[in-house]
Amino acid sequence: MSDNHVVLEMKHITKVFPGVRALDDVNLQVRAGEIHAICGENGAGKSTLMKVLSGVYPHGTFEGELVFQGESVEFKDIKASEAAGIAIIHQELALIPELSIMENIFLGNEPKSGIGIDWLEARRRSMDLMARVGLQESPDTAIKNIGVGKQQLVEIAKALSKDVKLLILDEPTSALNEDDSEDLLNLLRGLKSKGMTCIMISHKLNEIEEIADTITIIRDGKTVETLSVKAGEIDQDRIIRGMVGRSMDARYPDHTPQIGEVFFEVKNWTVEHPQVPGRMVCKGSEFNVRRGEIVGFAGLMGAGRTELARSIFGRSYGKFVAGQIYKDGKLIELTSVRKAIESGVAYLSEDRKSLGLNLLDSVMQTIVSAGLRKISTRTVIDEIEEYKAAEGYRKSLRIKVNDVYRNINTLSGGNQQKAVLAKWLFTEPDVLILDEPTRGIDVGAKYEIYGLIQKLADQGKGVVVISSELPELLGICDRIYTIFEGRITGDVSRGVATQENLMRLMTTPTSAAV
Amino acid sequence: MARFMDSFKGNVRGFGMIFALLALIVFFQWQTGGNVLTPSNAMNIIINNSHVLIMTMGMLMVIVIGHIDLSVGSVAATVGIVVALATAEWELHWALAVLLGIALGFLIGSWQGFWLAQVGIPGFITTLAGMMFFRGLNQYIGHSKTIPVPEEIQKMGSGYLPEWGPNTGMNNSTLLLGIVAILALVFLEFRKRARLTRINADVPPLYASLLKLVLFGVVIGYLVQLFGTGRPGTSFPIPGVILVVLAIIYTFVTTRTTIGRHVYAVGGNKAAAALSGVNTKGTYFFVMLNMSVLASLAGIPFIGRMRASGPADGLNWELDVIAAVFIGGAAVSGGVGTVMGSIIGGMVMAVLNNGLQLMSIGAASQQMIKGLVLLAAVAFDVYNKTQGRPSITGWLTRKKGAPSDGASGGAITQVGPVDPSKPTEIA
Repeated sequence: MSDNHVVLEMKHITKVFPGVRALDDVNLQVRAGEIHAICGENGAGKSTLMKVLSGVYPHGTFEGELVFQGESVEFKDIKASEAAGIAIIHQELALIPELSIMENIFLGNEPKSGIGIDWLEARRRSMDLMARVGLQESPDTAIKNIGVGKQQLVEIAKALSKDVKLLILDEPTSALNEDDSEDLLNLLRGLKSKGMTCIMISHKLNEIEEIADTITIIRDGKTVETLSVKAGEIDQDRIIRGMVGRSMDARYPDHTPQIGEVFFEVKNWTVEHPQVPGRMVCKGSEFNVRRGEIVGFAGLMGAGRTELARSIFGRSYGKFVAGQIYKDGKLIELTSVRKAIESGVAYLSEDRKSLGLNLLDSVMQTIVSAGLRKISTRTVIDEIEEYKAAEGYRKSLRIKVNDVYRNINTLSGGNQQKAVLAKWLFTEPDVLILDEPTRGIDVGAKYEIYGLIQKLADQGKGVVVISSELPELLGICDRIYTIFEGRITGDVSRGVATQENLMRLMTTPTSAAV
Repeated sequence: MARFMDSFKGNVRGFGMIFALLALIVFFQWQTGGNVLTPSNAMNIIINNSHVLIMTMGMLMVIVIGHIDLSVGSVAATVGIVVALATAEWELHWALAVLLGIALGFLIGSWQGFWLAQVGIPGFITTLAGMMFFRGLNQYIGHSKTIPVPEEIQKMGSGYLPEWGPNTGMNNSTLLLGIVAILALVFLEFRKRARLTRINADVPPLYASLLKLVLFGVVIGYLVQLFGTGRPGTSFPIPGVILVVLAIIYTFVTTRTTIGRHVYAVGGNKAAAALSGVNTKGTYFFVMLNMSVLASLAGIPFIGRMRASGPADGLNWELDVIAAVFIGGAAVSGGVGTVMGSIIGGMVMAVLNNGLQLMSIGAASQQMIKGLVLLAAVAFDVYNKTQGRPSITGWLTRKKGAPSDGASGGAITQVGPVDPSKPTEIA
């Protein structure tokens, strides 16, 4: 890399959403011909920063300055940033499944001859581009017929077709298996050797360590530091320290756990991705829960936490491959959600609006919706029992609403979450799996939810908490499992768990001793 | 009274439609010099529209689950021809023929339900195919001929209740129906008050209950007077009785049973319903099955009224039924709508048809006016929902690729695999 001039500079970027400061005075310097990794926890602001850079958030909707190739630029949309030579490849691929590789590469950018498309030219250029990214397929193959790894290559080919100078990859390997990931990293090295500049967002520290020249760490919307790999400043521990280094507040109620014997066990749990055959989202996972215990699951985005929980909960995600569930020593088969509920398992979904609630329901209808059998005889609902049940939970969980006939969407996030929790408590579960139980709710409501979780554990239930926030898990869990790429990589008890050792287990493929 | 109004919450259009219906009646009554609210015209409205009103109840549920049934007219026609043939050529007893027709409705409904629930073909396609197939089947079975039906079945479509007992100056059957209805309302209202008291909930003041009962009493009394004092031998028509019985059953099913709750749950948020243990496939199957059964229950009185079953029976019924349900407050996006709202929507269309005919307005203008009424009713709903409530327009624009996330989406919080069909989202 002879020329090491700065090709991109983002200066003092601040982006505010209603109520949240997503980016706060972030600075980023990227040099020509390097691979620059951006690291940070879930929600640290990495994607927001890339959206600012690529014009998804147009100039004027944020504060700060963008300097690209020595000039101050003001992108008003993605097309403008692409015209300047910046291409972004999102984690969620933007390809049209029914169209061919060639058509996708030139979608919106078709070579013209007169008023028609010059397909001959398109074919010639796509062959050339496919050779550059090492994609061995016919240009006429439909996207839906090639695997995710090759689709990723098509995306890169598409970016290269636009004479790109800066390539941004958002979690490029998160959907790939290990071989495909390795191929992709090799391709990036090859592009780099030809002078391409890349920004890569990744959760996988081993990959970053392997490929990046420079690393910028973002935490809570602020640039923490920029580390240079060449100077040998870097190992994974160093990155982790940067990512998690915030103070822990006393935001968790005191609790003395009363833990009994193991009563819920999952063994050899293996689940295949619903769309990608051969890709396992859970790989022989094993864990157990004791009575009265709060068990945490820590893992980065896409590690397979939710997939594990939902596949256990009545096989409501993916294709079941193998595994056993034991409750109170007995093997149980949870082949449907209803069976799971009847067997005393409840799952509170992470996405309240799209999976947890019917926003057209009243508070009362929400609370009884998973336990209609309990308030009905021969399918006829007893309105008195229904009201009593809902009113009981309104009082005991202190759901702030005038009466239970109100529509659920008039409630605040925290109170909606309490109503959803009530819905699951009404099914009288023994094992509660709570997926991101405090997402999107304010601090006060969080505290109340934590209190409720502890109370449930004290009643002898087993509570499983999945959370992206490590401090939360450390604050309320008696034991924490870590997941990395569908595999359980650690089982850490409260006394020894720290953000650093959890983060290490969450980002490394093999199980390490703690 | 506030509580009474409260019970209409979430169904603004359905509530508004009661006033629209009353306004329409008053308007036509005025325009036609009092020809709308005469016993014989009122009976005509019921007799001529009962088949559409019966089907709205099934269509309401189909629309609540977010689908549509285009085949109802063809299904009714197929059932009609089989019932007519059963009596005319196979010499089956009329009651057995009716049962056979209903059984056929079950069979057809299972067929449609199978394709929607098990195979996953959208209701629009499944029933478009059904619309063609069963239209053809009607004409194939009946050789495109018109086949007469016996008198008993004719009565189901245009017959009247018997006259009996002392001379009260009106039809005693109608009078009895009215008295039963009023007593039932009084009983239900006071039982509800007793139950509310038992659970220490807010009981509305007594005067509110009494006011409500007096209001309904007056309405029912007026209807008894209207239908009971027609020319001798007439009464509240038999198809109207079938309609009222079905309306009571379906109101109960949709509001008070678990299957009704499941229908709304699946329509409101299918993924959330599935994760709450609702059998979504079973619910789809039931709703489609039920629709075809109701189509058969609508087709039988219809051939009775026509005194025969023919190859063009049931043509365009699906459009009238669907329009009625939307006018009655159902949402295109699913999850919203009531049985009573849909029946009122159907009555709006019925009164509109009738009034325009009485005013001797041509069929061409009638069609245009009906089209505009449907558009206006749904526009009202869309407007309502863009005022901050979920709506079909919101649902359509959300898919436009642009970052819909704003404050709460992918920008700040990351979202896990929310939908098995979608890859994991951006951190």
